[in-house]
Amino acid sequence: MQAIELLKLLCESSGVSGYEENVSNLIANAFKDLTDEVTRDKLGNVIAVKKGDCGSSNIKIMLAAHMDEIGLMVTDIDENGFIKFSTIGGIDPRTLLAQEVIVHGRKDLFGVIGAKPPHLQDESERENAIKVEDLAIDVGFSKAQLEELVEIGNIVTIKRDFIKLQGNYVSGKALDDRAGVVTMFECAKELKYLKHYSDVYFVSTVQEEVGVRGAITSTYKINPDIGIAIDVGFGATPEIPKEYALDMGKGPGITIGGNIHPKLREKLTEIAKEYNIPHQFEIDPGPTGTDARAIQITRCGIPTLLISLPLRYMHTSIETINLEDIKSSAKLLARFISSITQDNLEGLLCY
Amino acid sequence: MLLKKLTEAHGVSGNEKEVRNIIIEELKDYVDDIQIDRIGNVIVYKKGEIDTPRLMLAAHMDEVGLMITKIEDSGLLRFTCVGGIDQRILVSKPVLVGNKKINGVIGAKPFHLQKKSEWKKALDYKELYIDIGVSSKEEAEKLVKPGEYVSFSSNYTEFGDNLIKAKSLDDRVGCSILIDILKTKRKLSIYGVFTVMEEIGLVGAGPAAYRIEPDIGIVLEGTICSDVSGTEKHLQATELGKGPAISVMDRTTIFNQKLRSHLIEIANKNNIPYQLRKTTFGGNDSGKIHLSKAGSITATLSVPCRYIHSPISVMNKNDYTNTEKLLNLFIEDLEKGGFYSEL
Repeated sequence: MQAIELLKLLCESSGVSGYEENVSNLIANAFKDLTDEVTRDKLGNVIAVKKGDCGSSNIKIMLAAHMDEIGLMVTDIDENGFIKFSTIGGIDPRTLLAQEVIVHGRKDLFGVIGAKPPHLQDESERENAIKVEDLAIDVGFSKAQLEELVEIGNIVTIKRDFIKLQGNYVSGKALDDRAGVVTMFECAKELKYLKHYSDVYFVSTVQEEVGVRGAITSTYKINPDIGIAIDVGFGATPEIPKEYALDMGKGPGITIGGNIHPKLREKLTEIAKEYNIPHQFEIDPGPTGTDARAIQITRCGIPTLLISLPLRYMHTSIETINLEDIKSSAKLLARFISSITQDNLEGLLCY
Repeated sequence: MLLKKLTEAHGVSGNEKEVRNIIIEELKDYVDDIQIDRIGNVIVYKKGEIDTPRLMLAAHMDEVGLMITKIEDSGLLRFTCVGGIDQRILVSKPVLVGNKKINGVIGAKPFHLQKKSEWKKALDYKELYIDIGVSSKEEAEKLVKPGEYVSFSSNYTEFGDNLIKAKSLDDRVGCSILIDILKTKRKLSIYGVFTVMEEIGLVGAGPAAYRIEPDIGIVLEGTICSDVSGTEKHLQATELGKGPAISVMDRTTIFNQKLRSHLIEIANKNNIPYQLRKTTFGGNDSGKIHLSKAGSITATLSVPCRYIHSPISVMNKNDYTNTEKLLNLFIEDLEKGGFYSEL
């Protein structure tokens, strides 16, 4: 399968944090032919292993990209059949008005998010953002009809078709971090043609958006020698200061900061230079808000790397990414994995 | 399906060509004359056996949307609004740019980089831009020019209990009903007018009425429906599923009382649900039609649309059917000498 096909498939499926089953089935299926074994842990992480070329004493490298997405949850059905909701993960309420959604009730129901019409609000109200409590999902049924179909706690996914923009740009929901999952998929493809001494664990994690939870249990179970998280970073747009942003289409941001093992990061950068793979740097001195954070502090501590795919309009339904960045990230990861041997590992990990 | 075709077509005010072509294609085998006037209105004549009263039915072809104002060096496109748009609906939406319908998206600053105070302020459209996936002004200029129209990207979707979600239900729903009416053979001759640029100031209706000189003008509309929770009953202009909304008064017309009562009488007699449009907010083509030349008697029948002027407006299919039914019965009554001869 082509990267763009898988990306479309994954982005258009649903997988709000804690409810990743739908998307996880698609992912497990995609990795089946590229890896030796695909398993799941109790939280629902999908772990695909590609064995190395060195028998039983292999090094373990874990890649992690989260498959969950932000979403909504039903909190109430009012007397007119409008569904009230809360958010799961970080959502700017302003991005919700006039969105289409799928309410995962007894069956999937199409709905739209509306609010009190603007002509009934005074001027000052219109200058204020709409709050979540003023929004409601309209699925077009009465309260009586809905009692059979929807209950409190049901999950709601934002509905958005995957869109191809110009050139290599694509847009959709949940590119954060299904683009990371597709990067792992492309990396697994690259590794078919490269010698690698390590067993590579491609982990599609659950519940990153609510506190990097899937990475906690999967890292514990795998106990890798090296952990690499693949997530998204802020792609450059006019309202973001340049120093906080990654340029689109110029390769992954290699993160620098306390969450990142300095020597491994230097090695990763060397590899990028050696193979002429476009890359840039992302500066984040503190614990990153990604799976890399959970990986680093698992068990007795794991040397960790993080690469970030430049992504615009994070946590909206029209997140935008350049496919070239997925390709170059996959290539960089594959070359890096292939460069790690029993002989050089200890030296690289030594402070 | 006709309403699907009409709502998925693009026709931001001043750029109605695509809608116009669908209408002409639909009607050309059913009517006696189709003309496009000098400002783009489609004027259809369906000849019957009797010509009195001169009846003009009108629906507007245009929809609210955006227009490109500037291409930034980064290749991002700045825009302005065409027609009345609540700018809060723009963020996080896909759009189609220009007649080539280039995919674009309207993004927002990531949640993570915002101060909490920022979320409380609505985003002004001047802060927003359209991203079509190019990296420079030069690349963008090959595809887009300032002045090109932009429409929402939204598929026609049926859902819930007999509902439809689409963009531009205001007023493709009126266009669709008018097309249905004009396809039916009748005794009374009818002028059907599909107007341009209603959303930017009732531009097309005046010249069309001037040409036709109607005795009676009926405007078919999609109108505001505010039956959502949190709105007090008396502020709910219309309700979904309660039948056609008959206008009493808006900012442009005080509707003829006798005609309104007559429509209500017909509805009651035939068990057609109807409602009065309980607001004076807004205006429509009637404002120009009833004042044209020596004036005419007008009424507006509307299909209620929730979330109007947004990519996700919602209507009830029963309201469509009942609006059409009421209009048909009204025409039949005119043919029998009802209403007009009694004036």
